[in-house]
Amino acid sequence: MTNEEIKQHITTIQPDAVFDETGEWLNVQIEVNTWKPFAQWLKSGELKMDYLFCLTCIDWSATATGKTLLTMVYHITSTVHRHQVVVKVKLDRNNPEIETVSDIWRTAEFHEREVFELFGVKFLHHPDLRRLILTDDFEGYPLRKDFEDPVNMIKL
Amino acid sequence: MENIHKELETGSSNGNGKFPGQVHDLPGGGMIVSSLNDIVNWARSNSLWPLTFATSCCGIEMMSVASSKYDFSRFGFEVARASPRQADVIIIAGTIVNKMAPVLKRLYDQMPDPKYVIAMGACAISGGPFFYNTYSVVKGADHVIPVDVYIPGCPPRPEALLHALISLQQKIKSGLTREQIRSDKQ
Repeated sequence: MTNEEIKQHITTIQPDAVFDETGEWLNVQIEVNTWKPFAQWLKSGELKMDYLFCLTCIDWSATATGKTLLTMVYHITSTVHRHQVVVKVKLDRNNPEIETVSDIWRTAEFHEREVFELFGVKFLHHPDLRRLILTDDFEGYPLRKDFEDPVNMIKL
Repeated sequence: MENIHKELETGSSNGNGKFPGQVHDLPGGGMIVSSLNDIVNWARSNSLWPLTFATSCCGIEMMSVASSKYDFSRFGFEVARASPRQADVIIIAGTIVNKMAPVLKRLYDQMPDPKYVIAMGACAISGGPFFYNTYSVVKGADHVIPVDVYIPGCPPRPEALLHALISLQQKIKSGLTREQIRSDKQ
């Protein structure tokens, strides 16, 4: 499916989605409360997006424009149709919460644990939301831009 | 006898591998004069078994040095050991992160004496590109274990690793490694 066709499909199910077509892949930005049903539709709907190949987060706290938010980024592809889509969801940086998609794409289980420990995003209804790599006594979210660690970190 | 003399004189394949002492040819035999320490150091320096230990991209260069193109076995490093209990030298090839540091310490502790350490590349020397603004990287492997030879580079050329290995041999032969100095003081 071309990006244009994907866009039409998404517009019918998510009329308020914002698109960005500057890159190779179609970027879709949606609201956090519509993410879970939208993800379920991506998996089981016409697009047959059965493979989540990247799940990460961006911290926008230090930008010049003064935006303070976290953005979840999901790269999803279809092994049937060989098309990709990138879904972005803006989160409140002070209380980042989003529904888990680990029940839809199993691979998200570990990726969400990683984002949880590094960015502090809380994934609601995640089956096992523990730290993945960091030690149990680690304090703070090290990939946030304002993270400070006076013991281990040397500031430039 | 002439042949043995020559062999001892030339020693190993590098220029400084000469037998440490005097060799006297006598009719019907010969005599060598040296100190036991020197001979032990000479023997040790020409048979250093490295530990197979690589934590990042420097490990690729180390493998290259082990392969036929550069081939550190020419200098007595041929037997890379997978167990620290059989290794003489550990080449720290790569970044040491905070979670790796206790593992590195344990590997070093498990190596039998005498043991030597080479810090290969910027990460092992100082944390390298991860010196600033990183919560997870040890800023130099010498915070964890003592280091005998440092190789700068990111990653170092294979020739630089060969040079470091030969430098370590020279250091051992001249009795200047950390362990030798420590045992002399006692």
